Amino acid sequence: MTKGRFGVHGGQYIPETLMNAVGELEEAYAHYQEDPEFNRELADLLNNYAGRPSRLYFAGRMTEDLGGAKVYLKREDLNHTGAHKINNVLGQALLAKKMGKTRLIAETGAGQHGVATATAAALMGMECEVFMGREDTERQALNVYRMRLLGAQVHPVDEGTATLKDAVSATFREWTTRIDDTHYVLGSVMGPHPFPTIVRDFQAVISREIKQQLAEREGRLPDAVLACVGGGSNAIGAFYHFIDDPSVRLIGCEAAGRGVDGFETAATIATGRLGIFHGMKSYFCQDEHGQIAPVYSISAGLDYPGVGPEHAALHDAGRAEYVPVTDDEAVEAFEYLSRMEGIIPAIESAHAVAHARTLAPAMGKDQIMVINISGRGDKDCAAIARYRGEDLHE
Amino acid sequence: MSSIQAPAAQPGGASAAASGAARVARAFASGKAFVPFVTCGDPDLETTEELVVAMAEAGADLVELGIPFSDPTAEGPVIQAANLRALAKGVTTDQVFELVERVRKRTDVPLAFMTYANVPFSFGAERFARRMAETGVDALILPDIPFEEKEEFAAPCRAEGVAFVSLVAPTSHERVQMIAREAEGFVYCVSSLGVTGARENIATDVTALVERVRRARPDIPCAVGFGIATPEQAAAMAAVSDGAIVGSAIVRLVAEHGRACVEPVAAYVRAMKAAVSAVEN
Repeated sequence: MTKGRFGVHGGQYIPETLMNAVGELEEAYAHYQEDPEFNRELADLLNNYAGRPSRLYFAGRMTEDLGGAKVYLKREDLNHTGAHKINNVLGQALLAKKMGKTRLIAETGAGQHGVATATAAALMGMECEVFMGREDTERQALNVYRMRLLGAQVHPVDEGTATLKDAVSATFREWTTRIDDTHYVLGSVMGPHPFPTIVRDFQAVISREIKQQLAEREGRLPDAVLACVGGGSNAIGAFYHFIDDPSVRLIGCEAAGRGVDGFETAATIATGRLGIFHGMKSYFCQDEHGQIAPVYSISAGLDYPGVGPEHAALHDAGRAEYVPVTDDEAVEAFEYLSRMEGIIPAIESAHAVAHARTLAPAMGKDQIMVINISGRGDKDCAAIARYRGEDLHE
Repeated sequence: MSSIQAPAAQPGGASAAASGAARVARAFASGKAFVPFVTCGDPDLETTEELVVAMAEAGADLVELGIPFSDPTAEGPVIQAANLRALAKGVTTDQVFELVERVRKRTDVPLAFMTYANVPFSFGAERFARRMAETGVDALILPDIPFEEKEEFAAPCRAEGVAFVSLVAPTSHERVQMIAREAEGFVYCVSSLGVTGARENIATDVTALVERVRRARPDIPCAVGFGIATPEQAAAMAAVSDGAIVGSAIVRLVAEHGRACVEPVAAYVRAMKAAVSAVEN
């Protein structure tokens, strides 16, 4: 088997033109990963710029309301730029800078990863160009403005379904065109090796902190960790340091859109099958001929037809569970957490909250659940209002 | 429409297996080669059939048949659009194999498939290679399969005598030797950075790239593709290699003329073949 495998998944399915670029990245990462100076700089950025460690908050009212497990929320929404995306971006941008790159390119769905990349580029004095599906630039117009405000150029992508998968394709094409001075800051645990490993390592800070914070608060491991899964970066970050603790249930919540029985879904593990796309072997929503499906979710950040290879392998091994959550359930959870705890979660994170509402009551009062609130929901307010029939525009 | 008087493809099995790779070699055996590309099913499969026959008559030495894929990440806008047009018509892999069967009754021009890994993977790599041999496709090009991942597809192709074509790029540097050493059929030299599509200038040092391949493997032909549109560019690329590959410029003619594209494409292929043939060996 070739490099970067998670079971049968992963690999490097990319054009020859990019092979030396990913090779260089792999070498640079192997070097800097062990470099104390790099790690000190990154820790400084994460703590003093992004605001880490993020809080582990005991959701008392939610716990009482659900009447089962104690519910803790890992507050990645409190990070600078409002989501977990900054963890990975600061790591990759610093790595790119050490490699002598002067320009960052990135794809974005909801816009959070694009904003995070534009932020890091501003901070480090690098050029930045972000590719975003035309439909998403309309769904998330405010984030487009944020990126421009931060000095990035935003390219709307009109190809295909004009959503996240097309933005990823466009960014790969752009990287093929200009490699020497450019690093592709991939936003999730996907794409060719070494991206799934690099992004996971930079996001693993989430589970490292959860483990430590919960040990301090409760003196033990959680019984379940829940996170939403699109490509799967916040989920792998929240799962990673618990993978070798078999007592901890790891639950990924996929976007089922209008339901897994129809075509308007983005629940890859529930409806996809093994394939090769965007540099990796993994599960993909596709038709019987291997054509990638035009997926749908209310959440632009989960609206992706694939899932990271490590999740595919965790699914195969039965180590993590993946459950589909519909738009309706996610919107109800978005409203629920807002009213119950005064925390407006990203519509992506609301998918995990939705499943928690079903699962927590079925767990014992002596059990502990952690939900990763991967981002804040300010960006989603107008869209959810419209979903509820209000005529609200940003 | 007349058709070339040619022997029909041999039936499947070991003898056909030997003929596939041999047919690819034949494409480069008599001087500089011209290799046109079309997307199957754009504007429809009937027109593709006529295009292949007409391009062969017009002097094409090998024809690349694109099996449409929803997300062709190595393609520029022209071929991306052709892929989506073909898929909108409902073109499937099985229909493309049936197209090849019809084409093979009319011409023995060497044929190569160009598509993306998920198409043969979804079909089953072994089954796909067998169908290629049965229907008479001589080579397979998968731009999203680099050297390190190729055995998953190259091994079943080899078992069926189909050449699995490797690509080298301007960024390949020290990788060229390793790639060339295991190359089959011909080496696809990518002329420039970026995706497929016409360029005004090809700035890369293609000569050095081809030389590097030839040093490692003097016996294998090198054809240059990406960015070639004019007879002058084709001649310049053929001068430093064994042939020129042209996709987007032809697909653009197909898009422009629709079902009436066969004559203009044939005229274009004749002009391009004349340009590469005029190059001194």
